[in-house]
Amino acid sequence: MDIVSLLQLVVSSALMYSAPLILTALGGTFSERSGIVNVGLEGIMVIGAFSSIVFNLSFAGQFGDLTPWVGMIVGGLFGVVFSLIHAVATINLRADHIISGTVVNLMAPALAIFLTRILYDGRGQTDFISENFGIADVPLLVDIPIIGDIFFDNTYLPAFFGIIVAVLCWFVLFKTRFGLRLRSVGEHPQAADTLGINVYAMKYAGVMISGLLGGMGGAVQAQLISSQFAATTIAGQGFMAMAAMIFGKWNPLGAMGAAIFFGLAQSLAVTGSYIPVINTIPSVFLDIAPYVITIVVLVGVIGRSEGPAANGVTYIKSK
Amino acid sequence: MLSENKKTLTNLTVPILSVVLGLVLGALIMLGFGYDPIAGYQSMINGALGSPFYIGETLRYASPLIIIGLGFSIANSAGFFNIGLSGQALMGWLVSVWVAISFPDVSGLILLPVSVIAGVLAGAIWAGIAGVLRAYFGTSEVIITIMLNYTALHVTNYLIRNVLTESSDATARIPEQASLRMDWLSQLAGGSRVNAGLFIAIVVTILVWIFMTKTTMGYEIRSVGMNPFASQYAGMNAKKNIILSMFISGGLAGLGGVLEGMGTFNNIFVQAGIPNIGFDGMAVALLGLSHPLGIVFSGLLFAMLKIGGASMPLGSGVPTEVVDIVIASIIFFVGANYLIRFFINKFSGKKDVKGGVK
Repeated sequence: MDIVSLLQLVVSSALMYSAPLILTALGGTFSERSGIVNVGLEGIMVIGAFSSIVFNLSFAGQFGDLTPWVGMIVGGLFGVVFSLIHAVATINLRADHIISGTVVNLMAPALAIFLTRILYDGRGQTDFISENFGIADVPLLVDIPIIGDIFFDNTYLPAFFGIIVAVLCWFVLFKTRFGLRLRSVGEHPQAADTLGINVYAMKYAGVMISGLLGGMGGAVQAQLISSQFAATTIAGQGFMAMAAMIFGKWNPLGAMGAAIFFGLAQSLAVTGSYIPVINTIPSVFLDIAPYVITIVVLVGVIGRSEGPAANGVTYIKSK
Repeated sequence: MLSENKKTLTNLTVPILSVVLGLVLGALIMLGFGYDPIAGYQSMINGALGSPFYIGETLRYASPLIIIGLGFSIANSAGFFNIGLSGQALMGWLVSVWVAISFPDVSGLILLPVSVIAGVLAGAIWAGIAGVLRAYFGTSEVIITIMLNYTALHVTNYLIRNVLTESSDATARIPEQASLRMDWLSQLAGGSRVNAGLFIAIVVTILVWIFMTKTTMGYEIRSVGMNPFASQYAGMNAKKNIILSMFISGGLAGLGGVLEGMGTFNNIFVQAGIPNIGFDGMAVALLGLSHPLGIVFSGLLFAMLKIGGASMPLGSGVPTEVVDIVIASIIFFVGANYLIRFFINKFSGKKDVKGGVK
């Protein structure tokens, strides 16, 4: 295998694995920036994956090539609805954020498999979808010599979509009034409230955006990588996305970078046998790399990672 | 005194109402999808208690749940959220089986206790990592233990495939003399997999209750949980107590895993995801309000739901996932107990509503 096609393989498979992580990690960033810890990303991804696959199987005839993209939106919308459980529990009912997130994680697979059995004659997994995201070239950019061959040829568009969304999220969070308000609520809700910001509305917005992006992430995982929905479709990606958010220091661009890095580690565990040096490393080290690196970052060995000040604290408005 | 009684009553009302609301929600879901909820729950109860075999299986399932729940409650009393019970249980499961299959010729009198202790230590050390990082670096034990869950999963699967076997997905069975299975007990329970883990669970429950209420160490752990600053002023070593509580918590989770390895399955196999038993154990502790007796009851209830739920598809056509929805909603109501307290106080005419957050 020549060097360009080897690099092409490494880059494209890294992008494939990172696409769902990018979107979900961005979702987590919004929730935590508004002060709501969201360990329920995993469950939100399950709902996104399930609803997008059901949509894909049902409407592939009508939407053709566009089906997975519409399916991604559908997954996002169901993610929003499902995230409301977490929002109501933590914001209005004053539940502990971790307990509520765990409920989301327990509820989502149970509900999704239950509905799968109802929709598909008692079976615990769906059929394979016909309209996958599949492989494509990035228009225009693919014509750049060498770089185009490595980065934009035969690749996965959802990853590039994720990168664009990340830039957009960074802009929203750091350059708009809404972003400033959202962040202020996560840092010091009392002060934000005093200044007339609707704290509860901001927190709802944060959690619902995490539902939207997490659901889309789950939909991408299902329609890009597994091509069906089963109990094992989402197996830890939500937690890995959370790790990416922390590694990225609660910054959309950082989260995106971390997600791509984790995607690379995941893909090398699969494609590493083709690559010199990498094929001598036991794959387990690549498998655990995202989690161990996150621990190392949290401890502060390579630049300390600290979350929003009022993250995980229930805000109770005083009369 | 009167208000004290009333407080206990409210405290008990929350878990009981949560269970009722969870079961009602499950019934509504069954109704909504055209199933008969009465037939559904009937087949569930039959599948959990209908014969000695089912009772044995329910007790078998409840034993590690109760132990893991106790583990969660100890860290919780110290103010920590050990969400890594699954990973700790997996480490306990792995190490106990590993030790047992490594010494097939050693007498059971030595091999059995050594394997159990090795598993407990493995879980304790796995949780201890989070405790040490929390004590010395102030890192969130929630995130660390989540990361350690998946680290444990990948490490375990790798070791099973590459070290314990030659690229096989399951290890050999542990030697007969190291098993927690007891023939007389199994036969009594119609050939179910109920094992000595049941007695271990009973003993551990009593020990944890004594430890938490009657010893200095237990008292210190509880005071650190109630007010870390006050306990520091009172001369207690906060760092020591953080690490100790996580260590014990993980040790118990590891013991839960040992029961799976040396009692239920007698081997270890490649896992598709982190074992559910850790999260179910956490749910047991939350419903049991972190009290040993409450944990025993909620452990038995969840075991009934889980084991009974497996019989629902055959008995009444209801998908078994209904019980997982019920369990999740029970924990939702326990977690969002502000809702229940709000209505209780409203009906008893009290205006002051205290929040659900510690």
